[in-house]
Amino acid sequence: MEQANAVPLQSSRAERRASFQAQRVRAWILFLLPALVVYIAFMAWPLLNSLRLSFFTGSGYTPDHFVGFDNYRTLFTEPYYRDRFFNALGNTFVFFAIHMLVQNTLGLLFATLLATGLRGHNTYRTIIFIPATLAVLVTGFLWRLILNPQWGAINFGLKAVGLGAWARPWLGDPQVVLIVISLVSSWQWVGLPTMMLLAGLLAIPDELLEAARIDGASAWHVFWRIKIPLLAPVIGIVSILTFVGNFNAFDVVFAMTGPRGDPKYAADLIASFFYRTAIAGEHPVARPDMGLGAAVATCTFFILLAGVSLWLVFNRRNAEA
Amino acid sequence: MRKLSATTVATHAVLLAWCLVVLFPIYTMVINSVKPRLDIFKSPFGLPKTITFEGYTNAWSAGRFDIYFRNSLFITLVSLTLVLFLGSLAAYALASWNSRWSRLAYIFFIAGLMIPIRLGTINLFQIIQRLGLTDNVLSLLPVYVAMSLPIATFVLTEFIRGVPGELRDAAYVDGASEWRIYASVIMPLVRPALATVAIFNLIPIWNDLWFPLIFIREESQRTVMLGVTLLFGQYQTNWTNILAVLTLSALPLLVLYLLFAKQFIKGLTAGAVKG
Repeated sequence: MEQANAVPLQSSRAERRASFQAQRVRAWILFLLPALVVYIAFMAWPLLNSLRLSFFTGSGYTPDHFVGFDNYRTLFTEPYYRDRFFNALGNTFVFFAIHMLVQNTLGLLFATLLATGLRGHNTYRTIIFIPATLAVLVTGFLWRLILNPQWGAINFGLKAVGLGAWARPWLGDPQVVLIVISLVSSWQWVGLPTMMLLAGLLAIPDELLEAARIDGASAWHVFWRIKIPLLAPVIGIVSILTFVGNFNAFDVVFAMTGPRGDPKYAADLIASFFYRTAIAGEHPVARPDMGLGAAVATCTFFILLAGVSLWLVFNRRNAEA
Repeated sequence: MRKLSATTVATHAVLLAWCLVVLFPIYTMVINSVKPRLDIFKSPFGLPKTITFEGYTNAWSAGRFDIYFRNSLFITLVSLTLVLFLGSLAAYALASWNSRWSRLAYIFFIAGLMIPIRLGTINLFQIIQRLGLTDNVLSLLPVYVAMSLPIATFVLTEFIRGVPGELRDAAYVDGASEWRIYASVIMPLVRPALATVAIFNLIPIWNDLWFPLIFIREESQRTVMLGVTLLFGQYQTNWTNILAVLTLSALPLLVLYLLFAKQFIKGLTAGAVKG
């Protein structure tokens, strides 16, 4: 009997709840809409549309004539563009490798040192992070002055300590300019991996480290066998953020060497090449070609997509293991 | 005094050395910006013997930094306000609504964290042209709001999810509208997260060079970073002027950072560890 009574009561309550719910869902959709509209109109759609434009060509800023894969053919086979494109692509990978090697290794070192909670760790942390708050443009110009062959502090300092033979036009030498701008960029951003890895290290339970130490594990052993494996997800995020950031890096080239990555395109990165082809106009023609630029952007997009997918696969495998 | 172990000494040495590497360029920038031109070359690292603010006044009036500053301040503040408003509205909906569609929208927003908006530059340029916004500082507004929304929705949604559901449901049962719950229950609770989001987006917006470089030429519409590129070329040989320009453009964020270092660091690493 009781059960029979309960059923209609419950269903009407369920109905009421459902209509409540529908009302709330309508409100939520209204809440979502403004952000969604702006995000689609000025980010998602332009991104996809730029990929589409890589199949078009046209004079000035209006690629409106469909040419199929012609832009890609130009980019990959026409000697001038092919050389510039693959040079910029190679340089960007070197740029990324130096960031992994210098920026992220230093970040791991600083994070490990700061995690000991030694006196003054907050002050150190604050200082390490300062450059990341400055504009790349500003630090780039600043380092350009410091690296100035005649007046700059670096050569000045080298001469002062008797290493004058090492002094050189740091940004004028195609052999070193890419390394120099990579190091300046690493100097700027090292605070980010430091902070992320530090947060990761501090999240490792103390008991775990304590137990290992009681078992007689050396600090070295604890670092490699316990801390690094537990940090793996954070290291993954740091790496992928570095990768995406590096394939987007333009300001540092622009500030330190000019938009062509001079001398001899030795510091030309994929983003500066993109800027020249699409916006500023690339050398012999010096006329912007937005269709070709869109092809460069599309290639970059797929490289980033490959990187992010790789990271997601690794992440999932790690999470399962 | 406690005896210091060798490891502690080595740790301090490494960190101190790096701090010098960080601070030295900034020190030379600030210190030389107030020296007369020739003093810079005579003693590049010493404290100034005579102080001059010539570089600053030159940048401010002759270099029209007054205009650039106003433009940058305007576009940064309006963008951040809009991002916080639109982002928190969306985050409230995403955190409350549990369905396939809301999860899809969430993933859609998050995807923007990994794909730089610059790859859409070509079409954005056309859109800005069609809207008649070229050579107008307002052209930056929709772009900055759009590029900031992924991190805003991500951080705020995670934060609002942490607010006990009973709190919201209780307010709802009491007859409060969704808007009331959002404005008077949720917003006051997530204020720290709003600060985080504001700080996180402040840096890339203030420091952005790419979009002003492409959208804006007109002097009256230039931002600070665009001004820095132009003045750097103009002042090639006058280092007092250049350094004053660089210091001036870096100062607002530098001061804000030193005042709110903890929030900055928290903001910039938000979600990274969790993810």
